[in-house]
Amino acid sequence: MTAPPAISFDGSLRLGEAQVFFGVSFTLPAGAWSCVLGASGVGKSSVLRLIAGLLPEGRFDGRITTSDGAPLDGRVALMAQSDLLMPWLDVRQNVTLGARLRGTPVDVTRRDRLIDRVGLTAHAHKKPGALSGGMRQRVALARTLMEDTPVVLLDEPFSALDARTRNEMQDLAAQLLRGRTVLLVTHDPAEAARLGEHILVMEASGATAVAPAPGQGPHPVDAPATIAVQMQLFDRLRGIPA
Amino acid sequence: MSRAVDIFVATVVGLGLWQGAVWLLAPPPFILPPPLKVFETLVSSRVLLAENAWVTVLEVLIGLALGVVLGSATAIGLAMSDWARKVTMPMLVFSQAIPVFAIAPLLTLWFGYGLGSKIVMTLLIIYFPVTSSFYDGLSRTDRGALDLARSMNATPWRTLWHLRVPLALPSLSSGLRMAAVYAPIGAVIGEWVGASRGLGYLMLLANGRAKTDLMFASLLVLAVFTILLHAAVNRLADRIDRYATGA
Repeated sequence: MTAPPAISFDGSLRLGEAQVFFGVSFTLPAGAWSCVLGASGVGKSSVLRLIAGLLPEGRFDGRITTSDGAPLDGRVALMAQSDLLMPWLDVRQNVTLGARLRGTPVDVTRRDRLIDRVGLTAHAHKKPGALSGGMRQRVALARTLMEDTPVVLLDEPFSALDARTRNEMQDLAAQLLRGRTVLLVTHDPAEAARLGEHILVMEASGATAVAPAPGQGPHPVDAPATIAVQMQLFDRLRGIPA
Repeated sequence: MSRAVDIFVATVVGLGLWQGAVWLLAPPPFILPPPLKVFETLVSSRVLLAENAWVTVLEVLIGLALGVVLGSATAIGLAMSDWARKVTMPMLVFSQAIPVFAIAPLLTLWFGYGLGSKIVMTLLIIYFPVTSSFYDGLSRTDRGALDLARSMNATPWRTLWHLRVPLALPSLSSGLRMAAVYAPIGAVIGEWVGASRGLGYLMLLANGRAKTDLMFASLLVLAVFTILLHAAVNRLADRIDRYATGA
């Protein structure tokens, strides 16, 4: 993996006649977890898609720049709410989907190590249909890591999981993605408070930074600082000014 | 096992109704031959029936295979090329406005009285259902999967082969199931229009000579073949579905 860049985003998005967001401007610090929190429909997934180089529907005016000046193309891995595992491939083949789609050789040692790190060695031969929702997201996490990109974009990847599994996945992801420039898009204040080392609340009018809990994530769920941030974020979502 | 019992009961009831109608209405044998007479013909004309059935089976199987291959290839072409879509789609829609039955005489003129015209007929009748159902599946690839592929720097053809085609296999298999229903219709129509062999030809011949028992026997053979074909194609389609869903 190459050194992770910081990413600056500045722009507006129109969808037909409607302005999705206007003048949203922020910087994702290099090698840290940033969380973009916002209500549904505020365009936070569009921000993520724009950074991923996937054109969203609508017209984007603005620029996305990196601290090292190099384009993001090929340096970004994507993980979404849907695990997007291919039902006909087993865990090993799903983890190495990228190599399959590029026609490049598979690093078998690395694949097996990653499957081990997400705790699925005993299930490596299984197909997604035989796995639980949490296990499937762990395969998706291993597939994301297999890409070994300095930038990782997460689009509410844990929101469909039950509370306990979500908590475990958050810890695992925080641990395994440490050192990369991570953008997590979420609508859950608790998740943003727990994982964010840099937090942005996004509204149609722009993105505002909110001070995260001190130190490196994941922040303990029950620490007063985490709970305070969570409360503050919740108020912001409800439209109560800080 | 209970399915076999069901089929047996249905057969007995069906034959009973048939025989009942013969007893009750006493139609002349050339209008409605009794079941036993048809069975006798089935046995006595077995060589004739088998020879003609073989021709029809060949037409159906070759037409089916070619239609599925060509239909799938067309669907892939349409899915991969805007240009192909723009040029081919109107042609496909127009061709569907022509009943295949209506061009059967033309096919006989072009491809002769032999196997060729019947194979083309079968192929044409299943080509569109296969193309449209497979293309439908290919053009509705999950956006998330396409995003994932793009973020992985996948090439369009690898995305097609490793994601879009497998994701669209259930659509292809429903096209296959339809094709198995239509294929025998295509072959028999082709034989009606002009043939010197085949079950459709034999039926017309028997009909013209008032050998209704032979016509019934031909129909029975055709029905049994069609049922076997459906069963085989359904099994194949089930296997494809199981593969695609990882079951």
